[in-house]
Amino acid sequence: MSGWRADEAVAALQQAGFSHVVWIPDSFFGQWDAALQRCALSLIRVTREGEAIALAAGLMLGGARPLVILQSTGFFEAGDALRNVVYDLQLPLKLLIGLRSYRAWRAGASQDSAARFAEPLVQAWQIPYQLLDPASVNLTAFATALAALASANHAAALLIVE
Amino acid sequence: MIKQRDLLQILAQQRQEQIVITTMGSVGYWPEFSDSDKDFHYLPSSMGQAVPLGLGLCLAQPGVEVIVLMGDGSLLMNLGCLVTVAQFSVPLRIILVDNQLYEVTGGQAVAHAGRTNYALIAQGAGIPRVYTCTTLEQWQQLSVEALQGPGPVFIWCLVEGERGRTTPAPPRSMTEQIHRLQKSLGIST
Repeated sequence: MSGWRADEAVAALQQAGFSHVVWIPDSFFGQWDAALQRCALSLIRVTREGEAIALAAGLMLGGARPLVILQSTGFFEAGDALRNVVYDLQLPLKLLIGLRSYRAWRAGASQDSAARFAEPLVQAWQIPYQLLDPASVNLTAFATALAALASANHAAALLIVE
Repeated sequence: MIKQRDLLQILAQQRQEQIVITTMGSVGYWPEFSDSDKDFHYLPSSMGQAVPLGLGLCLAQPGVEVIVLMGDGSLLMNLGCLVTVAQFSVPLRIILVDNQLYEVTGGQAVAHAGRTNYALIAQGAGIPRVYTCTTLEQWQQLSVEALQGPGPVFIWCLVEGERGRTTPAPPRSMTEQIHRLQKSLGIST
């Protein structure tokens, strides 16, 4: 369960200073779709998560401030694009990653391997991150974390427990 | 079929203020014809990601024209990018340099080499202007039209496969390329 209303969560993205959202929705972030379409952020729909990261790289090269929203499974898929953008191009990629099944897995109620590998893989790529659970923190904490994410001059991620 | 080097030479003659993104094989030839701040040799790269990178540049800088040169092996890794591109009316021109093989790994064939109709794929994705080019004479005539007017544009060029080429080295480091490109766009870093 999330106490974050979609329009308020999307407003927080905007207030953090992002210019574009590049995404493939999952069942949690997908609830923000209508609010994202209504807001002033440019919403870019892509077909794969690696593509999202490369597109964000082009946006950054062009002076924009994109946020890539994806699920942990997409993060797995996007490894090579992430490696290239963060370490070859050295661009300050910003990611909002949904951790599928993570809450249930931590409670021993899910065998979803996506939950098991998500956080270790973010660590393996040496991406600084913060982890938030919408069930236990309010929207203000999310907005604060987003502001920190947006202002970092290096690649960083915010992991959202699902 | 066209020789890749000849294709690029004609492109350089037709090119105006567009950003040109090269990948793999074209990185080796393009510096013979151009040394512009708006040349971006996407190497080291993530294979298949040059088109979304070019699209991102178009979306960040409305009005800036971008040409992406990519091989068939690269496009096959990311066919979905054509659908993504088709969503936007942007001056992005994708030149598919189709040599039907993985050049720098020793010339192995790509999947279904020579039997895939990339023009139909691009059309099916919804890209409004699609061209096919099999001879140098065709390219000379067609490039004038294809490099002008609204985008996105997809140009499928069948070129001779070249074996024995190795991964080329871009003439500048990635850091220097990014600095030059952003400076040319008026972006302070």
